[in-house]
Amino acid sequence: MKGCGAAVVKADQIPLNDDTIFEIAHHYRFQWEPAQQMHVLLYPEGMVKLPGSSGEILKRVNGTAKVGEIVADLERAFPGADLRGDVIEFLEHAHGKGWIRPK
Amino acid sequence: MEKAGFDQNRVNLPLWLLAEVSYKCPLHCVYCYNPVDYATYGDELSTEDWLRILRQGRELGATQLGFSGGEPLMRSDLEILVAEARKLGYYSNLITSGIGLDERRIATFKEGGLDHIQVSFQDSTREMNDFLSSTRTFDLKQKVARLVKKYDYPMVLNVVLHRLNIDHMQQILEMAEQLEAEYVELANTQYYGWAWLNRDKLLPSREQLQRAEEITNNFRNRVENRMKIYFVVPDYYETRPKPCMSGWGSVFLCVTADGFALPCHTARMLPGLVFPSVRDHDLRWIWYDSPAFNAFRGDVWMKEPCRSCAEKVKDYGGCRCQAYLMTGDAANADPVCDKSPLHSLVTDAVERAAKGFTSSPPKLGGAASEASGEVPFGTTPALRATPPNLGGELFFRDDANSLSLAGGKKQPSA
Repeated sequence: MKGCGAAVVKADQIPLNDDTIFEIAHHYRFQWEPAQQMHVLLYPEGMVKLPGSSGEILKRVNGTAKVGEIVADLERAFPGADLRGDVIEFLEHAHGKGWIRPK
Repeated sequence: MEKAGFDQNRVNLPLWLLAEVSYKCPLHCVYCYNPVDYATYGDELSTEDWLRILRQGRELGATQLGFSGGEPLMRSDLEILVAEARKLGYYSNLITSGIGLDERRIATFKEGGLDHIQVSFQDSTREMNDFLSSTRTFDLKQKVARLVKKYDYPMVLNVVLHRLNIDHMQQILEMAEQLEAEYVELANTQYYGWAWLNRDKLLPSREQLQRAEEITNNFRNRVENRMKIYFVVPDYYETRPKPCMSGWGSVFLCVTADGFALPCHTARMLPGLVFPSVRDHDLRWIWYDSPAFNAFRGDVWMKEPCRSCAEKVKDYGGCRCQAYLMTGDAANADPVCDKSPLHSLVTDAVERAAKGFTSSPPKLGGAASEASGEVPFGTTPALRATPPNLGGELFFRDDANSLSLAGGKKQPSA
């Protein structure tokens, strides 16, 4: 239960721009949980809850979409909001936690 | 039945489902947490039973699934269960000694969608002194490690520590490095089941612990991020109890090989509670409504000093099983806590550990009545303050010892 595999290896900082493409990190699985009514990220013996916008962002991290495209897609889905700053900040956070990695 | 004081909205989801699919095990570890009378238990659940449990668990919101035991590889239908787990959306973890893991099986697991394998490292022989030099064991672990890597799983090693191997910390870590482990959990024995029976021979001294931690820290600095190393101290050396299972009936649901649902791995030993069988009830009723799963939810059951303690929201009074084993009453504070009036039960054990132990012939018969859990719930404190086989030799977990310890008991204790 201790979650040996739950460790998060802090990744080095990477240059992140509109053309960066991320994918969900190896051994992590992103999915919607009906019982919790939110997205989660599962990893060896552990789980990250991704309520609201964090789930919406990671849903679009698919190994093909560029960061710029993710921002544009989110701004279409949630019109009227300037989301760029939030998206970049969250992706940096997710990368630092080892949840996603650049392709 | 008294109405459960918890409505469904206030009870957390059972996010962790542990399937102890078999009590059978090729190993005979002296620190096993399995019940000492396991050999008297009834039939293992069928494949159909397990498939039903997996479905019900997922419907309840379980996300993590552990296949454990005993040795889960003893089940020849594990491949079927693994594949179903993936279809249902579990993140599945195989917790194994690696014995019985060959290429054919691991390939099928991978194809079926098994997410993670945790290999425990332990001796498979009675020759404790050969623990690290056993070529047979090392070869086996190397083979398993190669398979794990070949099939693209992270190499996660779990090593259970006790006074008989903790002085080999450096060699253990070097072995982990040779096996190219990415994660190493150095988990000190927790004293339940067989480990409780053998506690006074297994509890390391404070000096041993400090040395082992020092070696671990140095090693950690050397390997840096190549290997993540976790060191779990035995709670006997703490002054606050562990928040056991994150609270009773809060996250964790264990189903045993013979079909009983438990709120923790070892709760089965607690007398006075009727643990429901998955043959008779569905997991929803078991989790939300069964008296056993509600017995220690929240804090209404607490006694002093827990009841008025501000830290009860952090540690939930500690471990019910440890409270029962050491004080005779599962509703007492875990005596690891130095606020417990019975904390000396823990410090006495630590003092004995500092003095070491002497070996004398095993007394199987003498242990039987104590070990079979026949002391009524809530009896006088300190009745079970020490494990029953003081001065005896180590009890290895095997069928013969289990039957002796059960003292001819025919029925499962749950």
